[in-house]
Amino acid sequence: MIVYLSKRLFMVVIVIIVTSVVAFLLVHLSGDPAAAMAGEGATQADIEAVRATYGFDRPLPVQYFDWAGRVLAGDLGRSTYLRADVTEVLARHIPVTATLGICALGFALALSIPLGVLAALRPNTIIDRFSLWLAVAGQALPSFLFALGLMYLFGVYLRVLPISGSDTWWHFVMPSIALGYYATPEIMRLTRSGMLDVMQSDHVRTARAYGLAPWRVVVRHGLRHAIIPVVSLAAVQLGFMLGGSIVIETIFSLNGIGNLAWESIQRSDIAVIQAILLIIAAAYAVLTLLADLFNAALDPRIRIS
Amino acid sequence: MTDTMTPVRDAPSVSVSPGRVALRRAFRHGGFWIGGTILIAIVLMAIFAPLLTPYDPSVQDLSKGFVPPVWADAGSWEHPLGTDNLGRDYWARLLYGARISLGIGLLTVIISGTIGTVMGVTAGYWGGWPDMIINFFITVRLTLPVVLVALVVVALIGSSLWLLILVIGLLLWDRFAIVVRSATKQLAQREYIVSARVIGSSTPRILFREILPNLTGPLVVVASIEIAHAILLEAALSFLGLGVQPPNVSWGLMVSEAKAQLLFRPWMIAIPGVALVLLVFAINLVGDALRDVTTPDGKA
Repeated sequence: MIVYLSKRLFMVVIVIIVTSVVAFLLVHLSGDPAAAMAGEGATQADIEAVRATYGFDRPLPVQYFDWAGRVLAGDLGRSTYLRADVTEVLARHIPVTATLGICALGFALALSIPLGVLAALRPNTIIDRFSLWLAVAGQALPSFLFALGLMYLFGVYLRVLPISGSDTWWHFVMPSIALGYYATPEIMRLTRSGMLDVMQSDHVRTARAYGLAPWRVVVRHGLRHAIIPVVSLAAVQLGFMLGGSIVIETIFSLNGIGNLAWESIQRSDIAVIQAILLIIAAAYAVLTLLADLFNAALDPRIRIS
Repeated sequence: MTDTMTPVRDAPSVSVSPGRVALRRAFRHGGFWIGGTILIAIVLMAIFAPLLTPYDPSVQDLSKGFVPPVWADAGSWEHPLGTDNLGRDYWARLLYGARISLGIGLLTVIISGTIGTVMGVTAGYWGGWPDMIINFFITVRLTLPVVLVALVVVALIGSSLWLLILVIGLLLWDRFAIVVRSATKQLAQREYIVSARVIGSSTPRILFREILPNLTGPLVVVASIEIAHAILLEAALSFLGLGVQPPNVSWGLMVSEAKAQLLFRPWMIAIPGVALVLLVFAINLVGDALRDVTTPDGKA
């Protein structure tokens, strides 16, 4: 296990380093950061001044190692627009996105696991068909459209939920549904196929033969096994949600890192953009690592290969 | 003499090519019919857009802003789906928007499919260190959040249709690479590939004549998923204001421009929205049907 763990950990570190290079290059090669920061209508002299002040005139590798070194020391740079340390800015926005991600995942699991189990227990019935169609239709619905639909139904028509902001728990209801809905088809399919397999296994048949209550057989002897791959999928999905929350956060004016990223892109706030790219990538890498470790802890075959 | 020859000559009519079997099975698939019909209708709408509307999608007529659609009280057949705030005909915008969605879907998949297939075949056929390196690339790509990276690039370089296609194409190759890699890995161990190698077939010959034709099934399925993915991504980017730019029209852009009308004119969001959902839904249905008929066990 320790060998496996250190191998995987090493891989994650390498991936994060490469991602940091990509994040850095993206921002620096996609255009002139000095011109972008100086803004429209800036004279050549202004741009040169910005370039010298922020050190954009140095060779790229020097700039990268300078940036990476400071990041390792916990300094993500300074936001030119907000005139504050990026670390402070992020500390304000990350809890909102984390709350959103966890609520969204909770919603997705609460919807997809029961549906997946029901579909597997009654294959090819109305429930099975319904959940399958829900999955196919769900994948066709763009997140922004679903969010606007929810907003119209609950915020404008029924007037039961607030449509923007992040002050109370009620503000998180619609964004969580809108974001979590996208993880449901995949989780549901995995639950369904896992349950179909496990319900045909010998130990479930034996449990039935002993005369255990049907729900007990399903939950204790079926779901317990079928849920294992779902846990690691959920971790990966959470990583996707953090990256995908940008659309949902801008629609609901939820003040998380997605919204911050969107605003920073608009005002060419390079330090913030780089930091957010890095943090979302790192969060995804760590979440997939946790998913793999979870699998490896349960299945010794993974550890050996 | 002729008696011994006949069975051989008749053989092709007995064993039909696998492609034709798949197609025949597809036509018996309900989803294939529904999805295919919607898809063809949208493709025809896009191709014959100039014949289906007299209006130019980007010509403004400020005197005729916010005409309601025909089913509303004040609507008329002059503008069947009404007009937007700048008096542009909504039906015309919908038709020309279909061109952008379909075009972006197809072109990005050509880019991403080529990248992903080359990477997947290389990794799957040779294994060893090429496999390790490509696997690493896939991991890095999956770690980068698609929407955010696309937004950053488009925002910093400046938005143009070709750049948008290039960026989406360069981002969505991961699924192609993963699926092609594992499919190639399985194929490379099949007896006929080993035999081909034993009789001295050159590597390009094996790759192009033996491996690639057998990848068509999974490739088509992944392509359908990724076309839908690209269309949704374009819509999301346009919705955020960094995708398709005026005077071009896109369904995502139409939703974005109608956002402010959510309260009073919700149909302005619903019309391009429904079009978008129908298109992606149709592509998914066709893709699912193709998966069902190309892989008997339903695993692509």
